[in-house]
Amino acid sequence: MLDVFTLFLFNIIVYNIPLLYGTTGEIMIEKSGSLNLGVEGTMAIGAVVGYLAGAKTDSLLVACLVSFIASGLVGALFSFLTVTLQANQNVTGLTITTFGVAFYYFIGNALSNSAGGWPKLNGTAFDMQSQPIHIPFISDIPFVGKALFSHGILVYVGILIAVLMWFYFNKTVPGLKLRAIGENPAAADSLGVNVTLYKYTHIIIGSGIMGLGGLYMGLNLGGAFEGSNCWINGYGWISIALVIFANWSPAKALLGTLIFGFFNTLRVQNAALAYAFPDALGWLTKIPSHFFSALPFIITLIVLIISSLTSKGRSGEPQAIGRNYYREDR
Amino acid sequence: MRKLISMLVAAVLTVTSVFALAGCSGAEGGKASDFKVGAIYINSQNDTSGYTYAHHKGITEGMKKAGLDPEKDLFIVDNVPEDKEKVKQAIDQLAGNGCNIIFGISFGYIDAFEEKASEYPDIIFSHATGYKSNDTNFNNYFGRIYQARYLAGIAAGYKSIELGNNNIGYVSAWGTEYAETCSGINAFAMGAMAVNPEATVSVYEISTWGDQEKERQAAELLIDTYGCGVIAQHCDSAQPQIVANEKGVFGCGYNSDMTAEAPNAHLTAPIWNWDVYYATAIKAAMTSPSTFMKDVGNYYEGLNVDMVDVSALSANCTPETAEAINLAKDLMKSGDWDVFSGVKLTFSGAAGSVAVDKADAALVTNDGTEIVAAGGASVDDGVIQGSMNYYVEGVTQVN
Repeated sequence: MLDVFTLFLFNIIVYNIPLLYGTTGEIMIEKSGSLNLGVEGTMAIGAVVGYLAGAKTDSLLVACLVSFIASGLVGALFSFLTVTLQANQNVTGLTITTFGVAFYYFIGNALSNSAGGWPKLNGTAFDMQSQPIHIPFISDIPFVGKALFSHGILVYVGILIAVLMWFYFNKTVPGLKLRAIGENPAAADSLGVNVTLYKYTHIIIGSGIMGLGGLYMGLNLGGAFEGSNCWINGYGWISIALVIFANWSPAKALLGTLIFGFFNTLRVQNAALAYAFPDALGWLTKIPSHFFSALPFIITLIVLIISSLTSKGRSGEPQAIGRNYYREDR
Repeated sequence: MRKLISMLVAAVLTVTSVFALAGCSGAEGGKASDFKVGAIYINSQNDTSGYTYAHHKGITEGMKKAGLDPEKDLFIVDNVPEDKEKVKQAIDQLAGNGCNIIFGISFGYIDAFEEKASEYPDIIFSHATGYKSNDTNFNNYFGRIYQARYLAGIAAGYKSIELGNNNIGYVSAWGTEYAETCSGINAFAMGAMAVNPEATVSVYEISTWGDQEKERQAAELLIDTYGCGVIAQHCDSAQPQIVANEKGVFGCGYNSDMTAEAPNAHLTAPIWNWDVYYATAIKAAMTSPSTFMKDVGNYYEGLNVDMVDVSALSANCTPETAEAINLAKDLMKSGDWDVFSGVKLTFSGAAGSVAVDKADAALVTNDGTEIVAAGGASVDDGVIQGSMNYYVEGVTQVN
């Protein structure tokens, strides 16, 4: 049995790391100067396609690969529309969100109404909570060991992606070129950087990362399809806000995810905390539950306002974001 | 040229998604009968589980029983939020379609239904879970789901004895704020205690009718930190049962047989047979709309007409469960006994010889207030439907 406090910390990680996937994926895309508002839809497609592949093969690896590829294809579509055809990025992103979420419901409802019903996971290959990766010594620390260092593999992959991406942006030549494209594509182009290739590659990879986050959310809910609720449940939109929150830094994205996750978990567990620690946290029960439900979003809003007011808060924003680069315009 | 192509691709995407989202209400073309049914849903008619699904299934089956064809005679406006203006628009639309009776399934439709009932005196308005009505063409309907929850409590009680764990968890949308939720919790707890007097029920309130992630986390809390061995629920999704399945404990679902979602955990679920009401109401409205309020009126039935029941007992139930549930069911069906009375049932004996014993005992809340004296009659229907705001002995809300 876990105590309330450990479970609280544990759930901050388990239920909010999908946001890290969405946020780092979007950071990668935005660093190339493209604004993709299709995170929600991209995650939904990656989730449902990856899940179905996983349920069929009973392999988490296959599920992840298929999810990455499916969302990567959505990214390729976005690239084709905005990079090659120069379509408006905002509209294209919104269209992808509408399309992706509807695709999710379409597939889900069609399969649920079919003879076989919605495919279920058999076996425990996907039950990540029951198969934590055990890190010697660290996982055995009381409270913190269980809460922070005994998770399923997708938690660590998400963190690894954030770390690698930080390294890629700041310490490698392709990362530098990518940032140059995001700041000033014409200048990068004049130096011989293949803008189109860079944009395509990073939009596709970024979208693929989002897809993994979507798959993770689906697995978190046991892969159960409910006709009126999407697994992604708005996390794609929160990811876009977290990009600004993180000032376009993958490392800060991890921090932002944990802060949002703290309030997101408090939304569910405030009463349990108050019950378990009546002296220290008993006051939590005096706050209406609706306030807790709104709190994660209020916090996001406040951070966005603060970061918009300070110039340093947006220093990481690519200057050319949202504007299509058309070589002949130079 | 490239702008044109991009616009075309975008347009194709949009159109595809709109079709996928909207679905089509199947009331087009063909030969329809004179009698038309309208329905307003809170979620999508294409749902495959949950509240709207249960009602949609009930309405279509009820129509078939009344000799109507849901493909032609049923008009639906779905995804209607609990917003008075939007509900009124939906009603206008269905009235324009020529509906003779309009069902609204969500509590928050209540004021719009009341208002429109006086505007369209020739249409019968029927509102689920509400409390308003008039004398001519507006009723409310609901069922004694607490009776089914008592039966599910029996299954949970036997399981708790087998597990040697008296702590039963209950993920509830709301606590004592709603009579619907707290009467269900109380009945469930009383059913469990009729089998296992040591059983206690820990309630975790999630403050919303449906939120998969909250439902899941609440179940995790009850299992991981409160050590519950059986998880019951009053919320929309199957997440509490899925969690119970993952963690190797047991559970009672709600609204549908959740054994498919949680094959190793699920015992039985209180379920609704909404078609019983819908068939009754549609038949009455077809034969004599002017006397609808006399023939049907405000409808509140239970096991006696099979309006509520428990789903087929799964193999996870203990051997005594079926016998005890049947004994309790017979008592409630015959009207000899009801849950919230001054008479307590006690089940004893092994499988094959389960016996029920009736004894006078006061109905007492968990803070010691006496509600019904020993031997007294069951509380008034209005209490169960509207003003029950307490937990009985043995129930604790942990949040």
